[in-house]
Amino acid sequence: MAAPTGRKGTGLHFSPWNLLLIIPFWILLTPLFNRSDPTLWGMPFFYWFQFVGIAIGVTCTVVVYFATKDRRAVAPLSRPTDVDELDEGSAR
Amino acid sequence: MSDLQVPELIIFCLLFLVVTVLGFVAARWRAGQTLDHLDEWGLGGRKFGSWITWFLIGGDLYTAYTFVAVPALLFGAGAMGFFALPYTIIAYPLVFLPLLRLWSVSRAHGYVTPADFVRGRYGSPLLATLIAITGIVATMPYIALQLVGLEAVLRSMGLNAGGFLGHLPLLIAFIILAVYTYQSGLRAPALIAFVKDLLIYVVILVAVIYLPVRLGGWDSIFTAAEQKFAETPSPNDGVLLNSNNQLQYATLALGSALALFLYPHSVTGVLASRGRNVLKRNMSALPAYSLLLGLLALLGFAAIAAGTEPLINQATGNPDTNTIVPQLFHNEFPAWFAGIAFAAIGIGALVPAAIMSIAAANLWTRNIYKEFFKRNATPAEEARQAKFASLIVKFGAVAFILFIDPQFSIDLQLIGGVMILQTLPAVAIALYTRWLHRWGLVAGWIVGMFWGMLLLYNIPNPATGRAHFGGSALALDKLNIFGWQPFAGSTVQIYVGIVALIANLLVAVVVTLIARGVKAFNGTDTTEDADYHVDEGDENLRPVAAGH
Repeated sequence: MAAPTGRKGTGLHFSPWNLLLIIPFWILLTPLFNRSDPTLWGMPFFYWFQFVGIAIGVTCTVVVYFATKDRRAVAPLSRPTDVDELDEGSAR
Repeated sequence: MSDLQVPELIIFCLLFLVVTVLGFVAARWRAGQTLDHLDEWGLGGRKFGSWITWFLIGGDLYTAYTFVAVPALLFGAGAMGFFALPYTIIAYPLVFLPLLRLWSVSRAHGYVTPADFVRGRYGSPLLATLIAITGIVATMPYIALQLVGLEAVLRSMGLNAGGFLGHLPLLIAFIILAVYTYQSGLRAPALIAFVKDLLIYVVILVAVIYLPVRLGGWDSIFTAAEQKFAETPSPNDGVLLNSNNQLQYATLALGSALALFLYPHSVTGVLASRGRNVLKRNMSALPAYSLLLGLLALLGFAAIAAGTEPLINQATGNPDTNTIVPQLFHNEFPAWFAGIAFAAIGIGALVPAAIMSIAAANLWTRNIYKEFFKRNATPAEEARQAKFASLIVKFGAVAFILFIDPQFSIDLQLIGGVMILQTLPAVAIALYTRWLHRWGLVAGWIVGMFWGMLLLYNIPNPATGRAHFGGSALALDKLNIFGWQPFAGSTVQIYVGIVALIANLLVAVVVTLIARGVKAFNGTDTTEDADYHVDEGDENLRPVAAGH
């Protein structure tokens, strides 16, 4: 059951869509929005801008979800070429 | 002021009764074949769909303490308290991908806790135990803080006696919670979370529409806040950030986001879901709670405009700023609505407290009891042990509040955030690579942990006159590495957790290089590449509640 140690890759299968997940981090750049004007409904820019940040974050995760939804990063374990891994998986 | 608020109390008790019934009924809700297995008791059968997961994780992360403390922070310090918003904006994109891997590998191997994963990935009982202990120690004060939130509400309803009598209502509420969590496991908070979140949504939406109208619009609310902060002597408050605390704002948001899903109770909520798509959907939908939290935070300013005064806690004799939001509702709304709001916050304390105690109990059972006391424990023995541990954990938290100054829990929770962050290399980075050596991880953990504690210990709080544990903002001037002060004279502040994490990572890398140089054994990895992509519906998927 014990697999050979650390020599293998990580099984990392990267979709370019995932890069969208970096965008929401711009909300950490406080100098961009740390000011009062323009206000919205009496709310300083600092506050309403960060509410807009929620919408931007949600948009990014939603797009990544739909773009990667039905696509498996790797084929399921039952793929014939993976028969060795399959056996090991069911032995546990 | 300390008169009993009868209408509020009646509404509160009625709603509390409803969730108590739900808590007991939950044992039979979507029941599996047995509750005598951690997959069932501790993870609700690993089959929660998108909606249940959304309510469960939402109820788990956005706690009563959050709802009480974040507005209190804005009330006291202004813009700095708003860090909770960027924190929850970046948390989901940040964990989107790693959580999927954690879910898959845990599903493939039947892992229940993050420490289980570390054990499987590195075959190191020492490292797994360090992770488990960190998780338990960081969670305990968090549970105690839920009690602080619940007590703030109870005291606002007039149950504000001194001494033991003052804590009695809290004790009763917690005994009820303990009993139904014991019986129903994770299904209880999952079911109650529906009630809690619906109540919270209604209350906040009404409040953020009604209060600004009543107080003359956001315009006058922010003007009142500006006025208040201009009058205080403290340089670090205000409606905007200043040049000193912007870095603290960003690093605190980032550090908190990194820490969020390292907390064992968050992992419990994640592992209870049915599949990867459920999690992806939730990463997109959970920010709805961020919107709520942001709006709620602004009520801290509304309280300034409304002239709300914090209640004096009869047990400690000090004004308790955590009563700001309850007091605001009490003063500005009719009694029946304030009752609903109090019930929302009160039930909001029960859901996370239940999940946290289950998560801590799982850690104890899987990674300490099974590792050191009973290696061949059967699943039924594990479940029995965890149920029992959940009781101990809860009463430990009550004892914290009863016998020790609540301030101590707040300090500990601050420390807990820094501590849990130190498990990031072993849990999160290990999801992607085993390049970091297990001895590197152990060494990094030790350095990050102790340096983090030391830095926190040395932070004073001039506002309260305390010399130690005065907050999480470290002036860069104080950064001292064996006598070397890289930023001497700087008054810019940074979040301690990030500083400790950087030290942790540096040490982990250096020790890894050494360990690889001397070819030290890096443990046995029992996970496979394909395990990190397992999903519901796969053939040959490990059955839920399988034997070991």
